Amino acid sequence: MITRRIAITLLGLLAIGNAQGGVLPEDRSDVLYHLYDGGGVAIDGPSVLVRKQVGKSMSFVTNYYVDHVSSASIDVITTASPYTEEREQWSLGMDYLRGNTTMSLGYTSSVESDFDASTYSLSISQDMFGDLTTLTLSYAFGEDIVGSSVDSTFEEFNTRQHYGVGLTQILTRNLIMSLNVETITDEGYLNNPYRSVRYADPTVIRGYNYEQELYPRTRTSNAVGLRAKYYLPYRAALEAEYRFFIDTWDIESHTAALAYVHPWGPWTFKAKYRYHDQVGASFYSDLFARSEATNFRGRDKEISPLTSHTFKLAASYEFIGGAEGWGFIKKGTLNASFSTLEVDYHDFSDLSTGAVLGSEPLYTLGADVVQVFFSIWY
Amino acid sequence: MKIRAIGQLFLALLIVAGLAGCSGVEPWVKPYERDRLADPIMALDPDPVSTSYMQHVYEAREGARGGEGAAGGGCGCN
Repeated sequence: MITRRIAITLLGLLAIGNAQGGVLPEDRSDVLYHLYDGGGVAIDGPSVLVRKQVGKSMSFVTNYYVDHVSSASIDVITTASPYTEEREQWSLGMDYLRGNTTMSLGYTSSVESDFDASTYSLSISQDMFGDLTTLTLSYAFGEDIVGSSVDSTFEEFNTRQHYGVGLTQILTRNLIMSLNVETITDEGYLNNPYRSVRYADPTVIRGYNYEQELYPRTRTSNAVGLRAKYYLPYRAALEAEYRFFIDTWDIESHTAALAYVHPWGPWTFKAKYRYHDQVGASFYSDLFARSEATNFRGRDKEISPLTSHTFKLAASYEFIGGAEGWGFIKKGTLNASFSTLEVDYHDFSDLSTGAVLGSEPLYTLGADVVQVFFSIWY
Repeated sequence: MKIRAIGQLFLALLIVAGLAGCSGVEPWVKPYERDRLADPIMALDPDPVSTSYMQHVYEAREGARGGEGAAGGGCGCN
């Protein structure tokens, strides 16, 4: 259960994120290697995307993605054993253009030893007001089968529905903005079957014990995202993002980012800073007062109050370009990026230190993310 | 209350969609004035494979999801 619901994330790449009324996405292929290393977890693998137009009105896209995981995270070393795992994902999408309208369909299948996810999506985009405005309506339905590597009889299910509205607007000859509103509903088994909560237990020497977490079986979230990109007086771009998020588990967050893009000959450089701050779920606690203290209980650090900072540097080199191209290839780029992520948890103790109950330090996660990829357009 | 407000925004966008077909708005940025917006450095998502991967990195480590131009997802990763 390394990557719950990534299927939905990549589905956006196939069907929703690329949807633009009036024009089909460009034919391109990408071969990417990704590496995440931090907090005792190393995840790497490839991602390959191929998109090709067929005829004048249809475009097909497929994506193959793999995660190789080696985990000895803070959760694993305090309540379980280090493990390795692999997740494999296939996606297929199709866009159909008619006039100023683009209709998109997508399917994604993600398989790992203890978690299967299938997601179906559709969206429709319409260009309006002389192509200054693009409106996108999207819907996705996902089904998950949750298993357990330590109990072969364990099997639970989730269903998930996404409803999205997106608006991309050209405001001036230098400024473009987009607004996205998205509601997601989940129903089913939303726990992680391997995770535990901690509760005070004076009968043991260390003063606390563990029991399995218990999440509500429903969740509805709403997110509003706003992005703007501005062309500077010289040839460079400034990008700003903001997102507000709230859900029925009482998680509430603000996310903001600022990026600067600077081309220099065949090179394009990008620097980005991202900030995220969230309030934890109502049923989260670092230490419950007793066993089964509340109806629902969780100690996943992802739903705890936290603040994260990401600094990213990226460079892209265009090795094929201009009017000639190279055979059938019109353009080719080699890209690399490095991100450093720091997450400060405000109510999640680091139990790996062996400190006495009540004096444990708060946990901080530091991680590096590397991406290297080739892209060609044809 | 905030969830209701977001729902109302969602509805407002749908109404905009409905009215769009009846509108005769003149484009205030002419096609020949969009050269800067057509520059690759102005693409909102120039590298979708990379963007999607980073979204997943965040969704696996934070409680928020969605609202970023592509359908999002939460995660309880170890």
